[in-house]
This record gives sequence, structure tokens and C-alpha cells, in this order.
Amino acid sequence: MRFADLLAELTRIPGVRGALLVSREDGLVVADALMESVDGKAVAALAASLTGRMNGVTAALGHPEPVSWQLRGSDGMLLAAPAREGLLVVAVAAAEANAGELRLRLLSVAGRAA
Amino acid sequence: MRSLEPWVEAPLSTFLAESGARITLLMTSSGQVVAQHGFTHSLDVMSAAALGAGIMAATAELSRVMGSRPLDAVVHQGSALGIHLAGFDTPRGRWLGLVVFGKETSLGLVQLFFGRMAHDLGRAAPVEPPSRPVLAENFEQELNSSLRSLFGR
Repeated sequence: MRFADLLAELTRIPGVRGALLVSREDGLVVADALMESVDGKAVAALAASLTGRMNGVTAALGHPEPVSWQLRGSDGMLLAAPAREGLLVVAVAAAEANAGELRLRLLSVAGRAA
Repeated sequence: MRSLEPWVEAPLSTFLAESGARITLLMTSSGQVVAQHGFTHSLDVMSAAALGAGIMAATAELSRVMGSRPLDAVVHQGSALGIHLAGFDTPRGRWLGLVVFGKETSLGLVQLFFGRMAHDLGRAAPVEPPSRPVLAENFEQELNSSLRSLFGR
């Protein structure tokens, strides 16, 4: 399946402002589907960095790598899930978006990416 | 961190803190060093500046031959270290930044915060450029003065 089709599964959820496939190692955008207001390069770089740090924390605690993480703010949220081949699936959503549905879809996409 | 001009220090400090870069060198497009962080030997700084300016000049010429606009950045990615070399415009003319980074950060972060530093430098630059032409008779004195500023001795 093409990356664009996978990302479209996320962006069609109401409230989702954008979705990206990110290279985890270098924090660069591999593919994206974003609203104009979303700075994809910044999201990719920071999400990859945050994922690396979280993996460091869980490794230090002796836990396996997280399958997803969610960062929630007053205006919106950021969700990410590691995929194969060193990729990371990231979604940027408004605060009112259905986080449960988005997380399920994110994990599904992460399982098929790459 | 050492800088020839004080207004460069704040944007460069922010970049170093945010990006996690190990070594950063800011220079003019002709290779004249403006600021540096991470180098301990002046010879290394001068060599890196000359090589960086040469690489950017070579890629600009390559772009011209290909009928393209000059490339903004060149990245060399190694297994342990990466090098990000990019040009940006300031009120003082076109500058180059050479950044060496390791596994503790990423190319995406370096590029992100490099762009912000370039923007901040453009805003921080004083309107009036220093009007001290470097003449042949005082070139050595100017060079020594710059090296003392960059290395504090």
C-alpha cells in the first residue's frame, strides 16, 4: 500500500490536522499529509527525538519499547507509533478529536507501514 | 563558544543548546570565520572553514551546470558523526554554517534549529556593518586578532 493511502486513513478521522511517516533515526519526513498550518519538519524532528528519549527511559526501567505514545495539550494532541524499517507514524490532531479511534488507526497503520 | 561579533552569540548559544550539535562553525561564504564552538585548535578552524566554503562553492557550481538554483544544504551522514553544511542570507551577506553532530541528536533536529538560528541571526544583525576594510598591510594583524578572539588567547 502506498504511504499516501496509509496516511489518508488517519487524516480522514475528524479533527486530525495531519499525519506523517518519519525516519526515527534522523527525524526527517518520509511522507506527509498535513494541513497548511502544521510545520511537518518540526513535528518530525521533535517526535523522533521524543521517541528516542522515551525509549531510553523505558529501557532504563527494563521495559520493552513502547508501541505508542500520546502527548496531550490544551489545543491539541500528538500521537506516535513506531513502525518497521525504522519508521515512526505520527498524527497531529485537535483536542476534540477521538483519541481512542485515532490511536487504534495509528497502530493499524504502523503495523502496515514499510 | 567564541564569536567575533557579540550579536551572534545569543542565536548560536540557543542553537547549540537545542540541537545538541558537537561542533558549529559560522563563516562568510568566502570562508572567513565569524564564530565557532567545539574546536580547540585554530588550524582546525581555518581548515574546516576553507573546506566548508569550498564544498559549498563546488555544489553551487554543480547546480549551475545542472541548470538548477544553488543548493541550500549539503549533508554527510556517517555511522557515528554527521555533517550539515548550509548557507543562509543575513544583512551582512551570505553566511555558511558547518555543524558536526553525533548520535545523541538527529539531522532533523539540527536542520530545524539551524533554520531558526539563521532566522534569529537575520533579526539580530545590526543595521550598520562594521566599515573596516582588511588591507594587505594589516592582514596578518587582523588574522591574529580574529584568532585571539576565537580562541581567547
